[in-house]
Amino acid sequence: MSIVGTIERINGSLILAKFDEKPKIGDLIEVGNLKLMGEIVRLSGETAYVQCYEVTSGLRPGEPVVDTGHPLVAELGPGIMGAIVDGVQRSQTELWNLTGPFVSRGTNIVPLNREKVWSFEAKVKAGDKVVGGDIIGTVQETLSFEHRVMIPPDQSGTIKSIKSGDFTVEEVVGELETADGIVPLRMMQTWPVRMGRPTKERLPLVQPLMTGQRVIDTFFPCAKGGAAAIPGGFGTGKTVTLQQIAKWSDADVIILIGCGERGNEMADVVAHFPELEDPRSGRRLIQRTVIIANVSNMPVSAREASIYMGVTLGEYYRDMGYDVAIIADSTSRWAEALRDISGRLEEIPAEAGFPAYLSDRIAQIYERAGRVVTLGEGRRIGSVTLMGAVSPPGGDFSEPVTTHTLRYIGTFWALDTELAYRRHFPAINWLRSFTRYMDVASRWWSQLDSGWEDIRARALRLLEEASEIEETARIIGEKALPDEQRLVLQMAEMLREGFLVQNAFHEVDTYCEAEKQVALLKVFIDFYDEVEPLIRQGVPIERIREMGVVTELLRLKEKPGTEPIDEARDLLKVQADEVAEEYEVTER
Amino acid sequence: MTVEQAGLVYKTTSEIRGPILMVEGIRGVSYDELVRIRRPSGEEVTGSVLDVSRDWAMVQCFGDTSGMDLNVTIKFTGETLKIPMSPELIGRVFSGSFEPLDGMPRPLSTDLRDVNGGTINPAARDVPSEFIQTGISAIDGMNSLVRGQKLPIFSESGLPHNMLAAQIARQATIPGSEEDFAIVFGAMGIKHEEAAYFREEFEKTGALSKSVMILNLADDPPIERIVTPKIAQTIAEYLAFDLGMHVLVILTDMTNYAEALRAISIAREEIPTRKGYPGYLYSDLATIYERAGRITGKSGSVTLMPILSMPAGDITHPVPDLTGYITEGQLILQRELSLRGIYPPMNPLPSLSRLMKDGIGAETTREDHSDVANQLYMAYAEGARARGLVRIVGVVGLSERERTWLEFADRFENEFVKQGPYENRSVEQTLEIAWDLLSILPEEDLIRVREAYINKYHPAHKSES
Repeated sequence: MSIVGTIERINGSLILAKFDEKPKIGDLIEVGNLKLMGEIVRLSGETAYVQCYEVTSGLRPGEPVVDTGHPLVAELGPGIMGAIVDGVQRSQTELWNLTGPFVSRGTNIVPLNREKVWSFEAKVKAGDKVVGGDIIGTVQETLSFEHRVMIPPDQSGTIKSIKSGDFTVEEVVGELETADGIVPLRMMQTWPVRMGRPTKERLPLVQPLMTGQRVIDTFFPCAKGGAAAIPGGFGTGKTVTLQQIAKWSDADVIILIGCGERGNEMADVVAHFPELEDPRSGRRLIQRTVIIANVSNMPVSAREASIYMGVTLGEYYRDMGYDVAIIADSTSRWAEALRDISGRLEEIPAEAGFPAYLSDRIAQIYERAGRVVTLGEGRRIGSVTLMGAVSPPGGDFSEPVTTHTLRYIGTFWALDTELAYRRHFPAINWLRSFTRYMDVASRWWSQLDSGWEDIRARALRLLEEASEIEETARIIGEKALPDEQRLVLQMAEMLREGFLVQNAFHEVDTYCEAEKQVALLKVFIDFYDEVEPLIRQGVPIERIREMGVVTELLRLKEKPGTEPIDEARDLLKVQADEVAEEYEVTER
Repeated sequence: MTVEQAGLVYKTTSEIRGPILMVEGIRGVSYDELVRIRRPSGEEVTGSVLDVSRDWAMVQCFGDTSGMDLNVTIKFTGETLKIPMSPELIGRVFSGSFEPLDGMPRPLSTDLRDVNGGTINPAARDVPSEFIQTGISAIDGMNSLVRGQKLPIFSESGLPHNMLAAQIARQATIPGSEEDFAIVFGAMGIKHEEAAYFREEFEKTGALSKSVMILNLADDPPIERIVTPKIAQTIAEYLAFDLGMHVLVILTDMTNYAEALRAISIAREEIPTRKGYPGYLYSDLATIYERAGRITGKSGSVTLMPILSMPAGDITHPVPDLTGYITEGQLILQRELSLRGIYPPMNPLPSLSRLMKDGIGAETTREDHSDVANQLYMAYAEGARARGLVRIVGVVGLSERERTWLEFADRFENEFVKQGPYENRSVEQTLEIAWDLLSILPEEDLIRVREAYINKYHPAHKSES
């Protein structure tokens, strides 16, 4: 008994329709004879405003609209992992098989495959009392990923029956006796994407998300359960940096949302992830990755939905007790979709044409990140870390999306055009970036190496000092500076080339484990401590630059493990002694 | 759609506002439908439906509306804008709205394609990875082009972007392969002599018989430009994915296209964003650019090279800015280099090819290619910095090291970037020049190149072995 109506007007992706009964805001609508997908975004008198997720060319006033009676939901169950879907969870691989290489309209396929049989292993038995969030069984979703089937958040009762065996996601695996009667249990459940999934309790963050990227892990880490933003003009390496995080971060599940970005980049992910191995588990990266590909020439409104879809899938895996990292590239395109729809609704714009509620919407999304105790008995802990790219027009960080995003995130990776021009990647500017998770990171790193905090602070200080000295050097020339200051410049250059620059396409350098990061940074500081007294006592900077160990240090990042670092330290001692002897330096 | 509704004719225009016509009392008109507008003189122009309700439609007119009155005849065709596809399109010249300009009849075919095209399913895309040798060092060495890439040229008026585009079209080859290629040339609001230049260049090399030209020139109706790139891309898709050809699409000048889009938007009284451009400029440009690429299981490819002029050389202007966010890199021409007599005046620092990494390496170009490019970037950036310093402290104020960087930058511009418009360098030649230049620098500064490659390719070591 769905509510039906007719199309009154078509203005691009916005459809005005009249229904015979009262539809609800947020209801999912089938639009026109082609049954395109849409969603009600405004009600005004008898008119419903429907935002259509597909191209509306050829639609006519008078064609029917049908209200499905439910909002846009995500289908949650085995079969999500490893898939590539669009913003409304249609499998792109399946669409390709069905309709060819070009996306066709009105092809409504269900998100989760209904035929595929999964081997379900029950973890509870008849008579057990369960509440929403309790795990009732597991499924091996990919080769090494365990999918935990849970009681939907709003249900509880006593298990009446349950059985292990081979089932499709729709088949009944058991029955639950609730206060309202007996309900069937299936592996699949649904959840409205615009609503956060409930949890028991929010927890403080305790662990950094390790990414194997030195500038991130060592200098500007993001916590598991935290939120980070990476703004930068085009060509500053947002996408490559985020893909590196997707590849190497130590989350259990990665949700990669390509929101209004390039098709070829998504193709690149699809082509390369299945070949790459997780350095920790050894399993293929694609086996822990979900790709949401809503590329730039797909309809704008589906782009708006794609972020919510991604976050909902992420929360679902979080509820199983996993650490999930969600990467959204780019939130600016999502904001533009908001602006587009708002403009068609003729709302009065605030800044740069964006609606006044832009800030609220950004907050709503980033607030869905967090480390939580999930629903269900016991204390199961999971986290959602949210990282978003921002594409500011003209690379100007004062525009609305960047400024509003900065209010709700904990880590800010500021990309720098100048660095990108000299191919210093990741082009994260160490003076403009920040992290609010330093206490979390310090605790974690200090367990690995008690001197970490000190080394990091000293390295940052050297970099800061160098940028101040550079200001002077720009006026009087480097040559006119005292050698102590030229040494600081030299150190900054070495830290930049030898530590901060990391080649994503170098077989070794692409991933740097924590032990190596701290050892590497330490050896640079050791270098400074060795040569600084020499400089103070009259050894010219040119002589320091001639020390063979300098090149050695700069190449350490390309060599696997920490052994070469120890060897370099020995070499450093030897060469520093040689210089000291040569210049008869005694006080060291 | 019911048959009797199609082809209905109205004379009920209530308003003409710039390129926009409001038509009242209509029935059964569809969104985006193709419209034919007949002037009293009998001349017909096309348009399309921008907004439609039960009894009125807003129509954008691709021709000139001046001289029209409210009695113009409006015919709704019941179809969206489609163009006929056949191999006979190759070698032809059309107007910006697909009227033949070469004196030959309209092409006939039952295979009609919607100019808006479809979206290539991201899962069906094949990663572009075939290196195209353009024979231009600044491109091949540092911003390599691959088949299926979209790589725009950002330029300014007065710079030789046309010469560069023609040189690329002339010289582009895949080393060691001979496959069927075609050029689709879409012109939006460029001058007659520019269009003639491309025509001559194509003619000289015999490429004209392999090309399709869609020309909307500076004195043609500006709104017509809205469809010109879409027609070009529709033909390119057909040649590539139906006929299996490797198609190079040149679209020039995209800034003129964006201005036409802005004109429509303003006439519709939409809320403008930056510089009056509509908020959907990004999405709209994406529907044109994203049609380039490769498809798994199909042999052809669409490589796109849009040319756009940056008003006042401003790279943060909405058109180059949004283009850069969609395309896989950009080649940037700069007046400064041009004034120093360097052709192509391409500044490698802000230029970028995102797909370079997939196209180069031991199997396609050479194993050291990526490292060498990286090192060139760094060295040239250092040189540019030193050049800035010289202005303040003079050459004497530079350290020995800075002077070397400076020397590198000068020679790099004059020996690597600079070349003749008819000079076609192989990628090996390009890399040899690169190594010659890098050998000016102390070896310990070549930190971006793996030691193994230094030992193998550095001129100092090469002579040893």
